[in-house]
Amino acid sequence: MSARRVAVTGIGVVSAFGDTFGEFWSGVAWGQSAIRPMTLTPPGSVRFPNAAEAARFDPAKYFDGKHADFLDRFAQFAVVAAREAIAASGLTFDSQLGPRCAIVTGSSAGGQATKDENFYNLYALNQRVSPLTIPRVMGNAGASWISYEFGITGPVYTVSTACSSANHAIGQAFWMVRDGVVDVAVAGGSDAPFSVGFLKSWEALRVVSPTTCRPFSRDRNGLILGEGAGMLVLEPLEAARARSAQIWGEIAGFGMSSDAHHITQPRAQGAAQAMRAALADAGAAPQGVGYINAHGTGTPTNDSTECEAIRAVFGAHAEKILVSSTKSVHGHALGAAGALEAAATLAALRGGIIPPTANFTEPDPACDLDVVPNHSRCAEVEWALSNSFAFGGLNAVLAFRRSDLAEAAER
Amino acid sequence: MQPSPEPEFAERVCELIARTQKIPAESVTLDKTFADLNIDSLDGINLLFAVEEEFKIDIPDDAASRIRSVRDVVEGIQKLLAAKAGS
Repeated sequence: MSARRVAVTGIGVVSAFGDTFGEFWSGVAWGQSAIRPMTLTPPGSVRFPNAAEAARFDPAKYFDGKHADFLDRFAQFAVVAAREAIAASGLTFDSQLGPRCAIVTGSSAGGQATKDENFYNLYALNQRVSPLTIPRVMGNAGASWISYEFGITGPVYTVSTACSSANHAIGQAFWMVRDGVVDVAVAGGSDAPFSVGFLKSWEALRVVSPTTCRPFSRDRNGLILGEGAGMLVLEPLEAARARSAQIWGEIAGFGMSSDAHHITQPRAQGAAQAMRAALADAGAAPQGVGYINAHGTGTPTNDSTECEAIRAVFGAHAEKILVSSTKSVHGHALGAAGALEAAATLAALRGGIIPPTANFTEPDPACDLDVVPNHSRCAEVEWALSNSFAFGGLNAVLAFRRSDLAEAAER
Repeated sequence: MQPSPEPEFAERVCELIARTQKIPAESVTLDKTFADLNIDSLDGINLLFAVEEEFKIDIPDDAASRIRSVRDVVEGIQKLLAAKAGS
């Protein structure tokens, strides 16, 4: 029996653009930056002034009464994005489907803001710690609340691999659906990094830009933190067609690797190995890839290393690939990053609009690929990759396929 | 050209580098680069954090990214201390 093909039939996003996938894509597609002066922490708390906050997110819109108090912001994001994705898929989880559905979420920091607040209250103000601290802080809170709300009782868990968390989560869920372990999966990631303690930790690491995120530009000077959630509903392509579901595209392959090199410095060999593994898993030829949604953080080291890795994998074909970093507009949402970028990649393939690398100023010889500077591009692309490379040297790459082009080729 | 740093001041910085990097004090001299001392980018950031604590200064990110040697550290601190005294 050949492996099942896996379709994405629902997408939900909470981001700096708003609380829906539609708002997200209409900003990302045209390269409109959602990076703004920070509002969630006191002004002047940290050296860097800008971020991509989900500043308009209002929990009271989504959670009744005391319900909101049980969820840290990162888990609220996860639930809201999952609601949108599941509603879009048209699926309902009854006693038949509930046990046949998985949830795999990614989060780098979990409920860190809850921890920050409660530990401050304890250490600085000699106050008691809330009994809700542990259930709010735990990294699997988002996955558990989604499970509870929808009656999804199959495999439910969370992976935490820093900035690769969402790609690892989506990849695991993809494999479970492809291999028939489950019939549906809800997968993605969420993070909410805006507490003073966590921001000070990023400041100390000296990787956050004092201005904005300019991936691949010669004068790039760091990442911009973002937040939010992305959730996808995955199911077998045949099942999706049989029920006439809206199909955003296919997840066709997943590859992962570890640099085994340094706790913060990336290594091109590791990134290349993960891209090759994703292509092999998808059964895709490198020459078929037309778009890469890059990890593209905007740090001097990441972007040049990523370009070196892309050249190593694709050789001369690298010149023909459109490579953009949408972090230039939605920021680096850490454990949600891969999920936001999966949403962007699927929408790009389906709509034939490649989102640009925004805020681009001048080319860097160390990043001499077509990075789609500042203006989106129309392109009919069948295969795409989305890269996530985490601190700790953990790399996770998803391969996507545009279904209608795949079908045309088969005919 | 910058004047040569005061020997006592340079020694204090070298000791701090040796202490944070857990390497013999005699191995840290003004002519050594970070690469010579096996100080990578994360070590360097950690070292500058200790320097900021010790000398009560703030090293801006762009200056931090240019510091690659023991001499850079010593001269950078002197410059920041002078600016602080002058302000």
